[in-house]
Amino acid sequence: MALIAMKDVTIAFEGVVAVDRVSFEIDPGDYLVIVGENGSGKSTLMRAMLGLVRPRSGKISYGDGLVKNRIGYLPQQTAAQRDFPASVEEVVLSGCVNRMGRRFFYNRADRRKAEANMALLDISALRRKSYRNLSGGQQQRALLARALCATDALLLLDEPVTGLDPVAAKEFYDVIRDLNQRHGVAVVMVSHDLSGAMRDAGKVLQMDRGMDFFGSVPDFEARLAERAVERRG
Amino acid sequence: MRRGRWSAVADWLQRHLASRPAAGRRRGAAIALWAALAVLMLLALLRLRNIGGALSEFGTYLGYKFIRRALVVGVLVSLCASLLGVTLVLKRYSMIGDGLSHVGFGALTVAMSLGFVTAEGLPAFLPEGIRGGIAGLCGAISADPLPFTLVVVVLCAFLLLRISERSRMRGDSAIALISTSALAVGVIVTSMTSGMNVDVYNYMFGSILAMSASDVWLSAVLSAVVLVLFVLFYPRIFAVTFDEPFARATGVSAGRYNLLIALLTALTVVVGMRMMGTLLISSLIIFPALSSMRLFSRFLTVTVSSAVISVACFVAGMVLSCVYSLPTGACIVAVNLLVFVVFSAIGAARA
Repeated sequence: MALIAMKDVTIAFEGVVAVDRVSFEIDPGDYLVIVGENGSGKSTLMRAMLGLVRPRSGKISYGDGLVKNRIGYLPQQTAAQRDFPASVEEVVLSGCVNRMGRRFFYNRADRRKAEANMALLDISALRRKSYRNLSGGQQQRALLARALCATDALLLLDEPVTGLDPVAAKEFYDVIRDLNQRHGVAVVMVSHDLSGAMRDAGKVLQMDRGMDFFGSVPDFEARLAERAVERRG
Repeated sequence: MRRGRWSAVADWLQRHLASRPAAGRRRGAAIALWAALAVLMLLALLRLRNIGGALSEFGTYLGYKFIRRALVVGVLVSLCASLLGVTLVLKRYSMIGDGLSHVGFGALTVAMSLGFVTAEGLPAFLPEGIRGGIAGLCGAISADPLPFTLVVVVLCAFLLLRISERSRMRGDSAIALISTSALAVGVIVTSMTSGMNVDVYNYMFGSILAMSASDVWLSAVLSAVVLVLFVLFYPRIFAVTFDEPFARATGVSAGRYNLLIALLTALTVVVGMRMMGTLLISSLIIFPALSSMRLFSRFLTVTVSSAVISVACFVAGMVLSCVYSLPTGACIVAVNLLVFVVFSAIGAARA
């Protein structure tokens, strides 16, 4: 049983098709990178998996113990967030809102979960620090810890290394690999950074409104090489 | 790969061009500027008269019922405005209070001018009974314009949110559009009926005499509602304020919280605008939050400090206004500005 199964999903905005009949599945423990040019529908596809946009046709089903609201999401940062007055602890804890149900406040289990995820991402020492005074890499770790509070099974990352310097980007990829391989969290990442993102990935989905390619990383690389030869010849 | 190399170059440039002495000078200049402003404003304040005398004089003012009413309503409204202000400022919705207060002005003037409607003035083809009914309703609205204004402003808050969420127009343009239109309608209606009189002037700049007993009750209920909702939904309000897409993805119905905040803001604005004035009420919403953000960096401390600053500034502004017979709204804004400047100086010195 897959975590998320997309079947013939088509999404359109004001009559313009952004995602055209896409079908694929994400299994527990997968590491999928979604690539494609600007406007190829990759971010829209991710927003559909989160239930933020409704497909015009097709079906998105959640399985294997995954509930729609129990997905860890790492959105792109907004300008407003960069100078937001909040401590790291407050940000991480806010990932637990989807566990609250009818409760009004966080309980001890929520706080313990936040604590554990800060320790896992090595930011426990920053807990009282203000989010706006962190470096880009530290901010991403805080947001990742928040995403982990919201899920045990699946992380969706939208352009996570944009704006990070090369060292911080590499560290970030290492953290993701660790989460995927040692903790069994399935990862779906939308990225522009082809080489970096594919280093640890298992599968690649190339979007061009429709599905241009879906398969393993070696197959994708073979296809890239083939195309390069064609272009040269 | 290419991007990696460029950002490394940018890093190197940043390290070597923006060297520390220049940053230090800029910081020093900022501290000096803010501190000088603060000292100037404090001097201006002290120049007025000695503070002990002012306070004892204010004590005698407290004997008047209308002053006590204004104090109660003002403290409660400032409290609500500051709590709502924290999330409005952080969500880049600072001007919503300003927009809604202009709508409130338009609605108030329209309500007042409805008093000029008479049964004889209505079109003759309407039956006698309906003409009488309409005239009676208009008379009732102009006698007590508050409920009418409340309804109009709440509807506009709803409309503003819908426009900025559903259409391509950005939120700030929508606010500017609605607020200037409402002001224009208000001014036209005023000049067609009563003309620019003292009432209209009071709506624009506020009057301490405007608070009635029903306003006291209304503001007490309003502030109780705002406080209870804010405390109960605090974790969710934080989540929606900090990151709306994430909150939506994890099943928080962000739209409902946005609507709740807009409605509570509308109520706060309507209750507070007749005392603070249309042109000044939005300062109650934005100033405390901005001042707190200069000094504090946790959401909780920012929220608590906004509430404290807001209430303290209101009381101080009211004392000033009574003792020196200055307009209340303007005094409160001036005190808020002073706090903002002082906090900026301290913030710059600590950075």
